[in-house]
Amino acid sequence: MDLFEYQARDLFEAHGIPVLAGKVATTPDEAKSAAVGMGGKVVVKAQVKIGGRGKAGGVKLALDGDDAFEKAEAILGMDIKGHTVHKVMIAQAAPIKEEYYLAILLDRAARSFLVMASVAGGMDIEQVAHETPEKLAKVHVDPAKGIDAALAESIAKQAQFPADVQKQVADVLVKLWACFVAEDATLVEVNPLVKTEDGRIIALDGKVTLDDNAAFRHPHHEALVDHAATNPLEALAKEKDLNYVKLDGQVGIIGNGAGLVMSTLDVVAYAGEKFGGMKPANFLDIGGGASAQVMADGLSIILNDKDVKSVFVNVFGGITACDAVANGIIQALEMLGSKATKPIVVRLDGNNVLEGRRILKEANHPLVEQAETMDGAAARAAELAAK
Amino acid sequence: MSIFLNKDSRVIVHGMTGSEGTKHTKRMLKSGTNVVGGVTPGKGGQSVDMDGKSLPVFNSAAEAVAATGANVSVIFVPAKFTKAAVIDAVDAKVPLAVVITEGIPVHDSTQFVAYAQSKGTTRIIGPNCPGLITPGESNVGIIPADITGSGPIGLVSKSGTLTYQMMYELRDIGFSTAVGIGGDPVIGTTHIDCLRAFQDDPKTEAIVMIGEIGGDAEERAAAFIKEYVRKPVVGYVAGFTAPEGKTMGHAGAIVSGSSGTASGKRDALEAVGVRVGVTPSETAQLLRSILGR
Repeated sequence: MDLFEYQARDLFEAHGIPVLAGKVATTPDEAKSAAVGMGGKVVVKAQVKIGGRGKAGGVKLALDGDDAFEKAEAILGMDIKGHTVHKVMIAQAAPIKEEYYLAILLDRAARSFLVMASVAGGMDIEQVAHETPEKLAKVHVDPAKGIDAALAESIAKQAQFPADVQKQVADVLVKLWACFVAEDATLVEVNPLVKTEDGRIIALDGKVTLDDNAAFRHPHHEALVDHAATNPLEALAKEKDLNYVKLDGQVGIIGNGAGLVMSTLDVVAYAGEKFGGMKPANFLDIGGGASAQVMADGLSIILNDKDVKSVFVNVFGGITACDAVANGIIQALEMLGSKATKPIVVRLDGNNVLEGRRILKEANHPLVEQAETMDGAAARAAELAAK
Repeated sequence: MSIFLNKDSRVIVHGMTGSEGTKHTKRMLKSGTNVVGGVTPGKGGQSVDMDGKSLPVFNSAAEAVAATGANVSVIFVPAKFTKAAVIDAVDAKVPLAVVITEGIPVHDSTQFVAYAQSKGTTRIIGPNCPGLITPGESNVGIIPADITGSGPIGLVSKSGTLTYQMMYELRDIGFSTAVGIGGDPVIGTTHIDCLRAFQDDPKTEAIVMIGEIGGDAEERAAAFIKEYVRKPVVGYVAGFTAPEGKTMGHAGAIVSGSSGTASGKRDALEAVGVRVGVTPSETAQLLRSILGR
């Protein structure tokens, strides 16, 4: 889960990382009162989970409360690269002298954690890495040892931070590491980390990604979820504990196993080229235990998607037995009754496949037809969607 | 021959007394795997009946190894206890630890993978993987044993069900070993580790490599193939239709910006002479044409 800037700010503050006063606002009135509370001169910043908002006009300086009201009014509701602005952060303005960059992230390739630090902050760090790699220090962290004051100081030095701020930067880095570990983050990025005119080091903007797999040991992370941005079908699927992602095609997909379902989407898109560009409407992995209830939950979500014109159920029975899947489909259709109206192409293979195919054949449901192969089933589902 | 697993593998099951552990211990025994015991802290000294075979339970992997000579551990414990179980296996110097559990926090897996590397005595496969099978010899994890038999193909895959699908497509030819390495961002055994082992395994004549979106493991594997692998390799990559920024089931399967895309992976593999199929069936056909079968 990616956090909004204001959530990252609050998290940083909770871990003792120096930040400026900041308050989230959802209306111009709230923006005004936050600005007045901060003494007038503030920055109004659009809260969207995408870069480049400054260039898009989503960050504006406001001179007083009334100005903050106006700026917030202009920014709220704005569309930034497909993301609608529902919230702004009112941040205290600060005289900035220099901008730096500091981040800790998971390095998948190295199977380790990585610190990236640079005195060339405030800009796109990938650009810095590409154009002036000598200005970006990259240091791997031993997961067992972490970052102590000595390591942090050596990183600050290696990244060529000015001597007068090295100690302060190192202190921020130690706290950033503590935050990274304590919150089970996979990214904590401060860009820019600034030096103010009066010599303070402050985290001015932050990006944080939290590991969803670690949610069980962080009950407070639930409050950080952005429910407004969640697609209603995705929200429904989550309630039913289903792994569902809405896409923009016409063929509803149900399968077992993340890899097979991803592959099914591709095979449908590939087959769909012959039928006017039919595409998959969703990703839905029903996982290992395809009970009738799970199948009914999955089918009902997909049949509730008005974009769906046909459904492709693609199951390779490993532990899951195909007869259980077949029974699941039939019972699901009974549960759904007249709500089920779209044709369903089923491809079963693997564990107990003959029995599974027999059950479907004997049930002879008018909406269900079987296909022998994955490629054949994909073509048939695309053809039915195009009708 | 085979890689990582053979008829001499003696397997202990971490979490054998739990419901998943019991279910899969029975399945592994049925498929001929030499399961010699289980590990559940606090239940040491008990024994458990597995469809007529009585298996001893130990408090730790070290006790299990001392009593049974086990050289493989397969881990079925819930995510929150997995790190402790892997460290237990590493401390007992078990040469192979296969972590089936999914949903493990990546800080935990990064720590136990680094711990195993620092000790240098345990290979970890997984987490979030189906395990591995050397047909006719041993089967560790949850891969169905009856899809196909022994043969000349080596298979390495991030995905469980795609492993089964590919074994099924090529069931008439058979496999030396099929390894599911898992779909998490941090895993113990990579495509490269398996490619190296298959290249060095005399029984393996051709290799199927299945990848998916996210990270750059396939790109690095391509560079490794160019440098080291002389046997024919065919590839398949899942996730061409995956949108940016959405996790597709596996924690590691996510496209961020231009990195981790399926087309980037396909291009990297094709650039080193690996033929990449558009669908799993087509990939199987490519392998058939190479083997002339």
